[in-house]
Amino acid sequence: MSLRILAVDDSRTMRDMLKLALTSAGMEVTTAEDGIHGLEVLQDAAPDAIISDINMPRLDGFGFIEAVRRIERLRAVPILVLTTESAPEMKARARNAGATGWIVKPFEPHKLVRSIRMVTG
Amino acid sequence: MSTDPMAEIEASFFAECEELLEGLHDALNTLAEGGGDPEAINIVFRAVHSIKGGAGAFGLAPLVACAHRLETALDQLRGGSGTVGPETVGLLYRGADLLQDHVRAARDRAIAPHDDAVLARLEALTGCGSPAPAPDVSFAPMGLDLVFEDEGEASSEDPAGCDVAAAPDAGPRHWTVRFTPSAALYTSGNEALHVLRTLCGLGPASVACEIPEDLDLGDDAAEMPRLSWRIDLEAEVERAEIDELFDFVADICTVEIAEALPPAPATSVSGQAARDFGATLLAAEDANDTSASPAPTARGRPAGPDAATTIRVDLERIDRLIDLVGELVINQAMLSQSVSLSGSGNAEITAGLEAFQSLTRDLQDSVMAVRAQPVKPLFQRMARIVREASAAVGKEVRLRTEGDATEVDKTVIERLADPLTHMVRNAVSHGLETPQRRLAAGKPPAGQITLTAAHRAGRIVIDVADDGAGIDRTRVLEHARSGGLVPPGVALGDAETDNLLFLPGFSTAERVSALSGRGVGMDVVKSAMTALGGRLSITSEPGRGTTFSISLPLTLAVLDGMVIRAAGQSFVIPLSAIVETAALTPDVIRRVGTAELMHIRGELVPLIDLGARLGFRTATEPIPSGIVLLTARENGARTALVVDAIMEQRQVVIKGLGAGFGRMPGVAAATILGDGKIALILDPADLVQTRGPDIALAG
Repeated sequence: MSLRILAVDDSRTMRDMLKLALTSAGMEVTTAEDGIHGLEVLQDAAPDAIISDINMPRLDGFGFIEAVRRIERLRAVPILVLTTESAPEMKARARNAGATGWIVKPFEPHKLVRSIRMVTG
Repeated sequence: MSTDPMAEIEASFFAECEELLEGLHDALNTLAEGGGDPEAINIVFRAVHSIKGGAGAFGLAPLVACAHRLETALDQLRGGSGTVGPETVGLLYRGADLLQDHVRAARDRAIAPHDDAVLARLEALTGCGSPAPAPDVSFAPMGLDLVFEDEGEASSEDPAGCDVAAAPDAGPRHWTVRFTPSAALYTSGNEALHVLRTLCGLGPASVACEIPEDLDLGDDAAEMPRLSWRIDLEAEVERAEIDELFDFVADICTVEIAEALPPAPATSVSGQAARDFGATLLAAEDANDTSASPAPTARGRPAGPDAATTIRVDLERIDRLIDLVGELVINQAMLSQSVSLSGSGNAEITAGLEAFQSLTRDLQDSVMAVRAQPVKPLFQRMARIVREASAAVGKEVRLRTEGDATEVDKTVIERLADPLTHMVRNAVSHGLETPQRRLAAGKPPAGQITLTAAHRAGRIVIDVADDGAGIDRTRVLEHARSGGLVPPGVALGDAETDNLLFLPGFSTAERVSALSGRGVGMDVVKSAMTALGGRLSITSEPGRGTTFSISLPLTLAVLDGMVIRAAGQSFVIPLSAIVETAALTPDVIRRVGTAELMHIRGELVPLIDLGARLGFRTATEPIPSGIVLLTARENGARTALVVDAIMEQRQVVIKGLGAGFGRMPGVAAATILGDGKIALILDPADLVQTRGPDIALAG
């Protein structure tokens, strides 16, 4: 059974690339364009992992992750943060919000796929 | 035909960049107006950030570098009060322009622009200090990235299979890793099991779980991590690789890594038991229903106007659709004509054809609306032209726009860009006075240019207005006379003097500035407009300013016209060009010198025989009686075109003449009539203005 992934990013280009990389690896990908939209999508979805950008309008990555972690059934879903920023304070902040892992853009598709496989066990 | 998906995404990326830049400019405009808006800075930041992210993915290094510097400067501005000083705003505009140039250069595979000065100044102003070196574009993964030496086998990691045999001496190194997760590791969605599996994947390993004696297995204690693991690993890896594995969880667990001598056998539980404990832990967690799940609180501002559901469509498909519908219209007209000629007179057929025509029209309107776009991006381009032009000539200029949302067919918008650019540059360099002269005249030192767009009478009207000194008619006349453009002794009214500006080679600029003044400006603009079936007119008031007014058809695809016959040929005249029609009888003809005029409604209007004008017959005197079409030029002057007969009034599909024909004065395009014959579409205003010998169309 293929892995179901939710990818949240406000850049259409990035969403397209994530979709391409992950569906090529046999995963099912749903996308959302910001934190609020992501939460709406999550009302009906139960992804095996979530990938999220940090800088997004309406609700940014931190807010989104914190909100996801407050949803009972999603407390332990792996969330990978995908972003261009790599400062340690950013990483710590993401982790405090509840992020599982951190991947820096630009990403290499096969590495992203491996990371997802690793956190989903 | 298979397309490379990455190439498609890259093309889509450049389109996204343009959209992002548009939003960016809107936000900059908000900042420029003052009043402080933190969200505006965020919008600008995110736009630059998104461009940088995508650019990195496609390896567009110069674009990444520029975006990175801009992003860093914007980051400094974020989280402030939201107010940004005018100098900074100006630099941000220029930075955005630079970024746009980079985007276009990357898209067109051209050489990237150089402008460190803007970015350096911006960095200085925002306190970035010396710019950080651009980030390494190559992927630098953090955590959870390992080189699997035998990936195929290791993927089905089973900790039970990690029990190790006696360790050899050379080659693989012996590592002892002690790993104790804290609560935060679990709340971040990490799972100790995954970490252990990944470690085991490095090489043969044994995992031992160290269970404290006083471990409480009750529900309340289910979420308190008490377990730790000891992993004895044999792998040809560096310590750094093991460290990297723990990189992301480094501060939410305790990790001790030691390189060991051949290890003593583990004394406690085997890997299988570790897995069981892991399962127990998970089960306990699931059963422990501690937190409620409150509705997620939304942060940030409420969403802006709801984006209507949209889809993205290849423009080629729309063009094809419009072409097909155009052919359908022609076909329908031909069918109608054939039926009426065959004289069957069947009421049902007639009714059916009418319904057909009505449906075709509706279809055409709907399809044309698809390709209609707002003029806003075009106006934003003009804003940039104003910025650059005003900087080049040292004047302060403000641009105001109205009617940004006015929509017009894409084909028209594209053809508007160059003429508008010309006119805006002219307004900046010639229309507006220098700040000193403005002050002396009691005007604010900053000049104002206003761009307006509106639909009027089935056309789109765009005005370029400046509040400058207006046209200096004395100088214009002098220049025209000295250039031989106006014969001596001929007096010209204000409107006619203004129109001298449209003559080829006319320019009163004293110096040829970098922008204009070579005298190619206005006549090129005028012919470009006429070629589109448009009109260009000027009004000017000395001391107050000048306004150029462009009027264009809403689309270059169809047109409502009157089919007329002249000299045995059929022509189409756009309805919008016809003021009225009248019968020409000898009693209304007046002679003044060699010219013939028509007396109509108390006015004397010049008569032009269309057939003769187009060269189909020599001008006969007197002009044969017939029908007269009254046309008007921009300045209001009227002319009466004499035609043999009016056939009908209908909508025609415009077909370009093709490159081979060049430009014919008075002829705008062509169409296919219901009888299958080709008819030229004329532009009366252009027709009557042309000086010199009659147009030799017949030859």
